Amino acid sequence: MTVTATPPSGGVTGKVSNYLDERTSISGAVKEFGRKIFPDHWSFLLGEVALYSFVIILLSGSFLTFFYQASMATVEYEGSYIPLKGVEMSVAMASTLDISFDLRGGLLLRQIHHWAALLFIAAIGLHMLRIFFTGAFRKPRELNWSIGFVLFLLAMAEGFTGYSLPDDLLSGNGLRIIDGMILGLPVVGTWISFLLFGGEFPGSDIVGRLYTLHILLLPLILLALIVLHLMFVIIHKHTQYPGPGRTENNVVGYPVLPVYAAKAGGFFFLVFGVVVLIAATVTINPIWSYGPYDPSPVSAGTQPDWYIGFADGALRLMPPGLETYWFGYTWSWNIIIPVLVLLVFLALVFAYPFIEAWVTGDKREHHLLDRPRNAPVRTAIGAAGVMFYAVLWAGAASDIIATHFRVTMEGVINTLQILLILGPIFAFMITKRVCLGLQKKDREIALHGFETGRIVRLPGGEFTEVHQQLNDYDRWQLVSFNDNAPIMVRPNERGKITGSMRRRAAWSRFFFEDRIAPVTRTEHKEALEHANH
Amino acid sequence: MSQKPDSNRKSGRRSPLAIILLVAIGLITTGAAYAMASSATASAEVDLSSPEVIDEGAKLFAANCATCHGLQAQGTENGPSLIGVGAASVDFQVGTGRMPMQANSPQAPVKPVQFTDAQVQALAAYVASLGPGPSIPSASMLTGGDVAHGGELFRINCAMCHNVAGAGGALTEGKYAPTLDNSAAVHVYEAMLSGPQNMPVFNDLNLTPTEKKDIIAYLEYQKANPSPGGLELGSLGPVSEGLFLWIFGVGAIIGLTIWITAKSN
Repeated sequence: MTVTATPPSGGVTGKVSNYLDERTSISGAVKEFGRKIFPDHWSFLLGEVALYSFVIILLSGSFLTFFYQASMATVEYEGSYIPLKGVEMSVAMASTLDISFDLRGGLLLRQIHHWAALLFIAAIGLHMLRIFFTGAFRKPRELNWSIGFVLFLLAMAEGFTGYSLPDDLLSGNGLRIIDGMILGLPVVGTWISFLLFGGEFPGSDIVGRLYTLHILLLPLILLALIVLHLMFVIIHKHTQYPGPGRTENNVVGYPVLPVYAAKAGGFFFLVFGVVVLIAATVTINPIWSYGPYDPSPVSAGTQPDWYIGFADGALRLMPPGLETYWFGYTWSWNIIIPVLVLLVFLALVFAYPFIEAWVTGDKREHHLLDRPRNAPVRTAIGAAGVMFYAVLWAGAASDIIATHFRVTMEGVINTLQILLILGPIFAFMITKRVCLGLQKKDREIALHGFETGRIVRLPGGEFTEVHQQLNDYDRWQLVSFNDNAPIMVRPNERGKITGSMRRRAAWSRFFFEDRIAPVTRTEHKEALEHANH
Repeated sequence: MSQKPDSNRKSGRRSPLAIILLVAIGLITTGAAYAMASSATASAEVDLSSPEVIDEGAKLFAANCATCHGLQAQGTENGPSLIGVGAASVDFQVGTGRMPMQANSPQAPVKPVQFTDAQVQALAAYVASLGPGPSIPSASMLTGGDVAHGGELFRINCAMCHNVAGAGGALTEGKYAPTLDNSAAVHVYEAMLSGPQNMPVFNDLNLTPTEKKDIIAYLEYQKANPSPGGLELGSLGPVSEGLFLWIFGVGAIIGLTIWITAKSN
């Protein structure tokens, strides 16, 4: 920032830094960012894993673009894989096979790219779950949750467009399913399908179009949103778990420089190492055994990559035969309903922070995380959502479950259909009870300490177990959490109770009716006195 | 390979030629044994038209199959008539252990073969004698096909049930198309000829003998050449890839996150 008269000492590094600083004034930013404190917890690294996977995907993907050709013109394959020699296929497929078999390191890079993509979306999903269950989406971070949600959708779109690029049999079948879903939309479906594919499926345009989306448009938006997402993390500061000395106004942890810069840098290489290890030893997307796309064959066991599985499962779990003929159009409910269900599910995920903020009416900022048990209904809603997703997900593997567990496919489908409805309900009730039980246990321990296992016989002959009080630090974690009571309905300034106030009160009761209040100072004092008697 | 000699010790005690010789001997013996084993399953060394063989087959049939298929193989409520199914069908069903069936189930599963090769041949001879039907393909009908053409035919005709990689797939009501990983060439051919269980018949007008040979060549190539990409995960496609990622990939990553943050606490 400031120009000093004396030349800086410190050798080459110092000179270079000084040179840069005098021309860019970068030291201010470095000082500011370098002093940024981040708290330490393994679950805070899940988003970082997503970021690193994205970097790996960018690096390996750039390599692949040098050799991949997004054309649907047909050629005869003349590469070195014998079982496809002389087979007619698109240039896209042929170039992907050439990358796999005739390019040094090509297959490894392809597999790195694909495995990293699977990890990318898995890490995003886990990161979202961490945010959800700890309540990190509360004010001021609701917008960042929305950005993260859009990133999740974009990542899935990236994955699907990438899956379709090799133009192999599996990806062609996947595209056909998407085409079927589009065609199933009333009125507009046929038009959208013809627009997307440039004519009747599969046409000769789709691979080129998906390629543009996959390597240009989607990554650009993704990158821009990631930058925004991370800027918000810096602006908001990182959340932290409650603990002694941690408040809404501080962050307890280590600074970026030197601790996190080193740790995060090292962690990047660890993630990279895991991905390369998997890619070097485990086959992914063996397009050579799928063969080139041809609309006539459809393979048994055709599924999308895992992250699209829930959508495929929704289609598979839909009872068949539901369609009506209205206004000169066929309304194919077995497609419209699953699509609507998925859209509603995703909309709820997107809107949850706003819904909860409305229900609680909480306008405070929250930088301390909730332990999941201390927000029983939220945790239970999350568990119900996970259950719903998991059943749809399992639906996409219904045929594999049937063959590998020697059960009938109809049995699997019917079981999953029932589970799709009842599973979330049971998951909700069980999780809520478990949370309340854990809270009760916490309360018990905070008040009376933990059992030592030492049995003492009193002079009167009575046996009693000695309880040991927690130390202040451990007790703090059990007693410091937000206690949300249901909102009371009170008339507003005009003396009226509006419908929206009633609805809000009802939801508030649903959220906070069953609750365990944290131990107060007086309660603890009384418990101590009682114990001393 | 177990027959490989210890070649990592180059003590000079043995001539380097000895190692080559040993490898050659090992390869020749295993190769010969393999050739014998495969020819034993592939071709009928027994004369299927000889009356003694047919007679022995009839006895075996009466003892093991007649309960369901009837004493004259005319069929009963519990099993279909076998008149005219031919030797190929018997060699497939009995030679893969599917028949005799252990219990009523949607589909007869593969299990350890219940008879010796000679007994299977005798049963086949007996059933073949009841009426004309497809016979067991000879070894020359099973080798020398075009792998690439076979692959195309496989994707068009077989993949919708057996999966594009031959990993098998589910059918309705507990039936399934089995995996082809361990199927002998002769049994694949016989299955196409006879259409066992829920499989349709691919007769010689539908798939010519040359085309059948091509399909077998493709399957044999797949068996002999493991995936160039590494572990195959059962060739089940994205489901097993996703499972692997979530269990091993995500498992490893979470382990690392815990390790990296545990140090400082």
